[in-house]
Amino acid sequence: MPILIPVSMAPASFELIASLVLRETSIIYEPRKEYLVEARLHPLSVQAGCASLDEYVQLVMRNPVERQKSIDALTINETSWFRDNAPYQAFTDTMLPALLAARADRRRLSIWSAACSSGQEAYSIAMLLDQHLPAGWTADILATDVSTAMLTRVQDGRYSQVEMNRGMPATSLVKYFNRTGAEWEVVPTLRSMVRTRHLNLAEPFPMIGTFDLVLLRNVLIYFDQATRHGILRRMHPHVAPDGYLLLGSSETTLDLPADLNAMWGREQIGRVQAHRRATHAASTLAVPRLNPHTASGSLTGARP
Amino acid sequence: MTQRAMIIDDSRAMRSILRRIIGGLDFETAEAGHGQEALDQMEAGFEPDLCLIDWNMPVMDGYTFITEVRKRPEWRNVTLMMVTTESEQGQIVKALAAGAHEYVIKPFTPDAIVEKLELLGLSGKGIPA
Repeated sequence: MPILIPVSMAPASFELIASLVLRETSIIYEPRKEYLVEARLHPLSVQAGCASLDEYVQLVMRNPVERQKSIDALTINETSWFRDNAPYQAFTDTMLPALLAARADRRRLSIWSAACSSGQEAYSIAMLLDQHLPAGWTADILATDVSTAMLTRVQDGRYSQVEMNRGMPATSLVKYFNRTGAEWEVVPTLRSMVRTRHLNLAEPFPMIGTFDLVLLRNVLIYFDQATRHGILRRMHPHVAPDGYLLLGSSETTLDLPADLNAMWGREQIGRVQAHRRATHAASTLAVPRLNPHTASGSLTGARP
Repeated sequence: MTQRAMIIDDSRAMRSILRRIIGGLDFETAEAGHGQEALDQMEAGFEPDLCLIDWNMPVMDGYTFITEVRKRPEWRNVTLMMVTTESEQGQIVKALAAGAHEYVIKPFTPDAIVEKLELLGLSGKGIPA
């Protein structure tokens, strides 16, 4: 007879887990998000042979392996390829041409996908660079995340059919992925452009250099205001003086304190707002466009 | 002007799922159980902006339907999207070469269909996505 595990957890267990995730990652799980925590921990609870989610939470509290697993499960964000489309359009149409002009001497671009989750953002950028980077140029994409399980997924570069359906143009699917059993595996040329590193955005950043483009999209919403501001302060020196920082389309920095407002300027590029180091944003009113006629069109030439 | 979608699948359940997703985007929809039935409806005056097409169907399969549509200049603006269990890379390439614009492999989530339509600039209301 199958063991039936209650899928709800006691308020005390939720508080324990929410405190753990807050302490370890600064990500907030507010009351009313119990269903999300329950849904994500339930498979781990079954796997661990626990009779209830409450029992599993107790196990998490004393077992470091289960603790890491639960943190991994609770820090996964739903994501898709070329998510929201507009930022990638703005990248190919405006940011990339500007960066190609500015980096003509070293012919190298550095990009950071902060909180990369399962890697769709990093590989989406890699595909665009493969298509648009002139011969003789190289690009280095750093993908970081607080979840080691996610970093392993990025390194493996293998995705399920359901994941591949989420925003991946069919032309890119056949060009950049090979089918292996029930999954699709990113081609080696693309994978070689992406390197991974464990990084908790809520803690001081290690020495990772400066980047021409930082993608910090749909991440800040998970943090409290003080942590959000701390991240934006620490991020500043890691964005090149003429580089770009992209936040999620629903994320705003209108509530910044004066010192942060002085550090970051905002620039409307197509349908997205890019953040730039204030000194550069103030002096840059316009940047060249690669192809103004494709501003609202398809990204990857998906239409034959 | 409301955009029109033709859902072509021999599974009534699948047509119903797709109708709910597409209908939610305000497309006016028509349905066909195979490619020939879809062609007949189009000949009779239903002019779709979008066709969602299964591959394996009786009478006329989805691949043949695509090649037939692409032979007709008056249907050159119809967006063709395969929605099928056919998942071999060669099959995807074959469908794209024949004139399919996009390809969704079953199983899929509703978001997958919506995102693909955004990619194709279709929103259902005649306004580019």
